[in-house]
Amino acid sequence: MDYFIELLFSGLSRGAIYALIALGYTMVYGIIGLINFAHGEIYMIGAFTSFIVATILTILGFPALAIIVLAGLAAVIWSASYGFTIEKIAYKPLRHAPRLSALISAIGMSMFLQNYVLLAQTSDFLPFPQLIPDFDFMEPIAHIVGSSDMIILVVTTLVMIGLTLLIKYTKIGKAMRATSQDRTMAMLVGINVNRIISVTFIIGSSLAAIGGMLVASHIGQINFYIGFIAGIKAFTAAVLGGIGSIPGAVLGSVVLGLTESFATGYVSSDYEDVFAFSLLVLILIFKPSGILGKVDTQKV
Amino acid sequence: MFTLEEIKRSFLVSVWFVFLTFPIMVIRVDSIEKTVQWRWMNVFWVALGTFVLSFVFRYMMRRKEMKSSDEDEQGDATGRSFLHRWLADPKYRYIVFGSLLAIAIIFPHVFSTYQTSIMTTALMYVVLGLGLNIVVGLAGLLDLGYVAFYAVGAYTYALLHHFFGIGFWVALPAGGLLAALFGILLGIPVLRLRGDYLAIVTLGFGEIIRLVLENWGQFSQGPSGVSNIARPGFFGIEMSLDTALLYIFYLMVIFVIVTIFFVNRLQDSRLGRAWIALREDEIACQAMGIDKMRTKLAAFALGAFWAGIVGVIFAAKTTFISPRSFTFIESAIILSIVVLGGMGSIIGVIFGALILILLPEYLRALSEYRMLAFGAILVCMMVFRPQGIIGSIRRTYTYQNKKKPDTKVS
Repeated sequence: MDYFIELLFSGLSRGAIYALIALGYTMVYGIIGLINFAHGEIYMIGAFTSFIVATILTILGFPALAIIVLAGLAAVIWSASYGFTIEKIAYKPLRHAPRLSALISAIGMSMFLQNYVLLAQTSDFLPFPQLIPDFDFMEPIAHIVGSSDMIILVVTTLVMIGLTLLIKYTKIGKAMRATSQDRTMAMLVGINVNRIISVTFIIGSSLAAIGGMLVASHIGQINFYIGFIAGIKAFTAAVLGGIGSIPGAVLGSVVLGLTESFATGYVSSDYEDVFAFSLLVLILIFKPSGILGKVDTQKV
Repeated sequence: MFTLEEIKRSFLVSVWFVFLTFPIMVIRVDSIEKTVQWRWMNVFWVALGTFVLSFVFRYMMRRKEMKSSDEDEQGDATGRSFLHRWLADPKYRYIVFGSLLAIAIIFPHVFSTYQTSIMTTALMYVVLGLGLNIVVGLAGLLDLGYVAFYAVGAYTYALLHHFFGIGFWVALPAGGLLAALFGILLGIPVLRLRGDYLAIVTLGFGEIIRLVLENWGQFSQGPSGVSNIARPGFFGIEMSLDTALLYIFYLMVIFVIVTIFFVNRLQDSRLGRAWIALREDEIACQAMGIDKMRTKLAAFALGAFWAGIVGVIFAAKTTFISPRSFTFIESAIILSIVVLGGMGSIIGVIFGALILILLPEYLRALSEYRMLAFGAILVCMMVFRPQGIIGSIRRTYTYQNKKKPDTKVS
């Protein structure tokens, strides 16, 4: 039973991380209808930035809490800037181009960023400092639920609530919803669509950065390649829940996290990634619109 | 062009990029030794690089805008490049092809074995590029797991040889057919989906194949790979290493010619025209009575077939294969070849393969930056020149008096 609960929590925290990344995919997709392939790389850059900042602050002897906050803040700022710049360079000029062009451009961007970090930093796995301490009050249940699992769940939940409030009740959230429904119409009622798209990229990238830092601290090592697999898995989660739908992305991520956790726990850990990809193929065969997605009919 | 306003904008761009690249480019930390390395010189390089590039970017954007407004006025009559007009003339075409063939024949006798080996690799990528061109260029289906079919071909030969001692010439069609079968099996579920889903699913499929090959030890010998694969035989004659490489080179030349012939004929066939139509507008296509699934499956299977065949040749050439040869990077390289050369254009893809494979080989110092450059090429080509360096041109029928009702230009 303990093993089951352990797997349950590890699946949930896995799902929470996927959700942070998947939200970026789903929001961008909802607004410009593009799969932002470089999103996984933004997550990776977030992890690297927080790694660099955290290491410097540790050397300077800052207290643990300050390190977490400042490293997280740096990760968010830089990832958001990267997201913003990528959109301006690689996607904005292609807004009226065929879908295939934008997709290839996104893949190119992803390859570029991966190799940029590889060349500027290193190709080795870097040991990431453990930012989240083991709490004392978690001691009695520490053998089933780790402190960092708990932190991941709490932080993700708070971020989700914040995002929901932002989208539901603020002016910018309203403008985002309008843009995703009909871009031309949104322009006609006076919404600055370019700004909304930029904001979407910034929010999505910030979420990915938070995810990047939490995962890196949880797993304990980073590498320039982590964005690739994480990106595909988060995309799987977004499709599972119905791409374009925000609650769908969260639901899909949790389902994917649990599936992976139980499959590796009870079946075999060699094929961890194969389970995720197989799940993706299965969903696309049987329910391409996802759990909460809308079926969109194409009209001539 | 160099007004104060422009300089100011470029300056701001370079300041922004210095900020952006600061943590990654300038700082390098070692969390075990607890040391920080500051590389301030990189700030200067980033600033200078982005300052110049922002001018180039704006200039290219302006040129692109001017070009598109020109085209609106004049139609697309001037869209053909010099090379196309030149090759359209059959007289020149035979001279060009004849001399290329002559170069190919004397190439191994002039250059060293090493050069020949590199050229063989480049020719393999030409065929891979032409195969992917069917899927991406003609049918407009973005396949990011193309390397999986290549792996299927390579492992078909390696394992058939390892377990049953089957020779190259039997494995060659077997590898191609098995890859095509995999193409169909993957295609049936995913081809109903829209383009971007297809990209991700094929990417996932490529990874699945690689992971299975890596983890299923008894079947594929796992990460250590299969070694001692026989080189292709020639009626049982024993060959030295040099002769064998020469033999593979000539095989590859013949194979490239066959592929070009097939792909060229395919492009103008009923099926080829259906692919192009499908790429342009699926709904209109279905209304015209084209079976969408079957046409797409045919593209997928044919593309996979070429990849499988090249896979068999690859296994025979290197005599050793492991799952590491079949990562996503391979797919990305082949995609870059197709995109750089020009999607749908045969000459373009050949040029693309030769440039992208030979250039990094001869510029060894820059080979580190190869993948970085490939990524940048994909983005820049899409933003500035989506048709590639030598774009494909539509088959057009022009009306010339009454004597020649249709003149084909290809």
